[in-house]
Amino acid sequence: MATTGTAETTRRDFLYIATGAMGAVGAAALVWPFVSQLQPDASVLALASTDVDISQIAEGQIVTVKWRGKPVFVWNRTPEDIAKSKEVALSALLDPIARNANLPPDAPATDENRAAPDKERWLVVIGICTHLGCVPIGHAGEYDGWFCPCHGSEYDQAGRVRRGPAPTNLEVPPYAFASDTKITIG
Amino acid sequence: MNMTMNKLSSLRSLIARAVVAATLVTAAGGLAVAAEEGGHGSPKPPREHWSFAGPFGRFDQAQLQRGFQVFKEVCASCHGAHLLAFRNLAQPGGPGFTDAQARVVAEGFQIQDGPNDAGDMFDRPGRLSDRWPSPFPNEQAARASNGGAYPPDFSTLAKARTYEVGFPGFLIDIFTQYQEQGPDYIHALLNGYTEPPEGFAVPEGAHYNAYFPGHAIKMPQPISEGQVTYSDGSPETVEQYSRDVTAFMMWVAEPHLETRKRLGFQVMIFLIVFAGLLYFTKKKVWKSVEH
Amino acid sequence: MSGHATFEPKHPALKWFESRLPLVGLIHSSFIAYPTPRNLNYWWTFGGILSLMLVCQILSGVVLVMHYTPHVTLAFDSVEHIMRDVSYGWLIRYIHANGASMFFIAVYIHMFRGLYYGSYKAPREVLWILGCIIYLLMMATAFMGYVLPWGQMSFWGATVITNLFSAFPVVGPTIVEWLWGGFSVDNPTLNRFFSLHYLLPFMIAGVVVLHVWALHVVGQNNPTGVEPKTEKDTVPFTPYATIKDGFGMVCFLIFFAWFLFYIPNYLGHADNYIPANPLVTPAHIVPEWYYLPFYAMLRAVPDKLGGVLTMFGAIIVLFFVPWLDTSKVRSGVYRPLFKQFFWIWIVVCIGLGWLGSKPAEGGYVIAGRILTVWYFAHFLIILPLLGLFEKPKAVPASITEAVLGKKTKGGAPASVGAHAPQTKG
Repeated sequence: MATTGTAETTRRDFLYIATGAMGAVGAAALVWPFVSQLQPDASVLALASTDVDISQIAEGQIVTVKWRGKPVFVWNRTPEDIAKSKEVALSALLDPIARNANLPPDAPATDENRAAPDKERWLVVIGICTHLGCVPIGHAGEYDGWFCPCHGSEYDQAGRVRRGPAPTNLEVPPYAFASDTKITIG
Repeated sequence: MNMTMNKLSSLRSLIARAVVAATLVTAAGGLAVAAEEGGHGSPKPPREHWSFAGPFGRFDQAQLQRGFQVFKEVCASCHGAHLLAFRNLAQPGGPGFTDAQARVVAEGFQIQDGPNDAGDMFDRPGRLSDRWPSPFPNEQAARASNGGAYPPDFSTLAKARTYEVGFPGFLIDIFTQYQEQGPDYIHALLNGYTEPPEGFAVPEGAHYNAYFPGHAIKMPQPISEGQVTYSDGSPETVEQYSRDVTAFMMWVAEPHLETRKRLGFQVMIFLIVFAGLLYFTKKKVWKSVEH
Repeated sequence: MSGHATFEPKHPALKWFESRLPLVGLIHSSFIAYPTPRNLNYWWTFGGILSLMLVCQILSGVVLVMHYTPHVTLAFDSVEHIMRDVSYGWLIRYIHANGASMFFIAVYIHMFRGLYYGSYKAPREVLWILGCIIYLLMMATAFMGYVLPWGQMSFWGATVITNLFSAFPVVGPTIVEWLWGGFSVDNPTLNRFFSLHYLLPFMIAGVVVLHVWALHVVGQNNPTGVEPKTEKDTVPFTPYATIKDGFGMVCFLIFFAWFLFYIPNYLGHADNYIPANPLVTPAHIVPEWYYLPFYAMLRAVPDKLGGVLTMFGAIIVLFFVPWLDTSKVRSGVYRPLFKQFFWIWIVVCIGLGWLGSKPAEGGYVIAGRILTVWYFAHFLIILPLLGLFEKPKAVPASITEAVLGKKTKGGAPASVGAHAPQTKG
């Protein structure tokens, strides 16, 4: 009698556990579509590139374009800007990493690694302060780069952060020269 | 006393039954009249075999590619598909073009963009993110060019067309999962251009079609034998063209059909097993309670 | 009925909380210890199924709103955007669209069950009326939801239904303009319907709370219609009713999934895949299937105001059923004549539904009139008279007697003492 009871208990427990587990699996699977729908949808993902005509950008001028809903600064730097930027020693930087999507992630933040390849007068950076996402003001601040009005971060002529609270340099988006006068971002 | 009561109640139920029967017969009679009145109209489109029908239905990639070719070379001169993006041509569950092929299709179109820095709109080659450009700038322009008729957009057209199945077919369709009224109708319509029957006056600018409601359609027979050259050796007949383009239209209208049916099968299996487990658990729980 | 153990917290933290807000105790007494008649059949699982469907609709609806745009130029394309571009958007949209139909299938079964077993009778009148209010709110919610995709049926359905109010003398035209926010169904209409479609489900949820509260005050009815008398007549809600409801829900989900994954457009209208066009009416305007019986009644009356009043009356009459049914016996099981008339009435409802989908001409209208008269006669004549003239069968003394008597009749030996409900597991 006792043996039967134990066997039955085991079988019943197994049934309960299996049913409960199945319910848990089903509920978890059901959650996925509801979470997954939050990610950028196919039409948003497809809008990944923007073309910029740079033939009209005068020397010293910074132009702001929109890429994936974010501002991107395209700066036609003067030789003085470039010279000043090149003078800065890596050790003087708050963030010594280039933050350039076109380079390896550990590339140092030299002016060459920040500016466009072989076209050093062009600087292309995402115009979002790496602190909390405000848009910095160009040609402003102590380092002649950008000054963020929200919390006072300052960037130099290569978009590198020189004074906090921003932790990292302005990011360089993936881009390429489609021709001498056109940049494709993204 | 009891006897009379029983007799009375059985008499009452007899009367009740008679009243009910009379009512239902009258109602049914009315229906018969109505059914007779509704007898005229279009013939039902024949039910075709579609690869995407049924619980395991999938699109035939080669057919979708041929259908796309027919759409692009023939239909697209009048019909738009403004919800179809070029990137869709390369997405899973579709015609199976590569990204590069889809990009070539996109670049074959000039898409208006802008305004540029000077404030002007400009044309540029299409990109994968662009949607299929409509052949006319707006509905009015489309009507003006097509004798007052508006060539409908293909985006959802295969789901927007149907025909009445009637009783009891509409109940049977639940079990057979028949969902292809739209494709069947479109296929029948494309093959339905015939000589009008004796005494049918086709209005000026219209064409006789056996399956079009009212039979007078503004669209002339859109495609003829050999009009599109297939590279895979499929027959270049109106029947084949219409079949291919209809399958393509179904995909445009329901691009996630394959995913839907595949996921459906998994969900069904899960639910049936889960229901089985619950049933035995329920039996166990209730074992000691008569109910 | 009060024999089951009430909740006694053991953990000190829980004790502290319970003495300030007895939330767990409320849940325990409502969904765990709550005494449930032991003889409930599967028709009683539809209450749980309806709660599931309400949650399902609210969750999927909240997600859809994240991607939908309520504007006449964008609404149709934004729904298609959900179907095409949003990750699993097609699934969530089809859940919501088919879920509405499933919700109505469940609510109709739930209502028919209540009508058959006399669940509206004293002391459950308020419970019944709250249910009728939920049903009305569901109809309003579903109607406004159907407008949102802004297809041809959305637009013309909205036009026809809002025009119903123009039937009322003097104030009618003003009411309609105020409903529209203009001189036709247009962007203001879409926006306010969207707002209300989002609001009403939460009102439904509120009334559902009242409905469940009322249920827990008067207790569940059961197939015999005899109130539980001793502890033997009931079992605790958990695990007995929970596991049975769970099984019922999963079976219902299988039915739901069949439509959702394989024939998701079966219950909809092809015309709603055509963007709304205020200049062209579809050849054949038909409401969603769950309104069809009322639509048939609307068209059965040749007078505009009369038709509208008939249609609303068909719902209003449900509120009065507790007093129209004069029978002293609650459950239809013991009422031979009522049973027959009940099934005739079901057939009449289905017939009206079928007629609602047919064009309003000739024989369809005649049949519609006959069935409309029968629909009202069932409530206004048959139910009151049946109570007076019908001779009911003997009603069992208790639920336990009914249950064990059934078993004995079926040939299985039943010894009363050995089958007392046990609360293990």
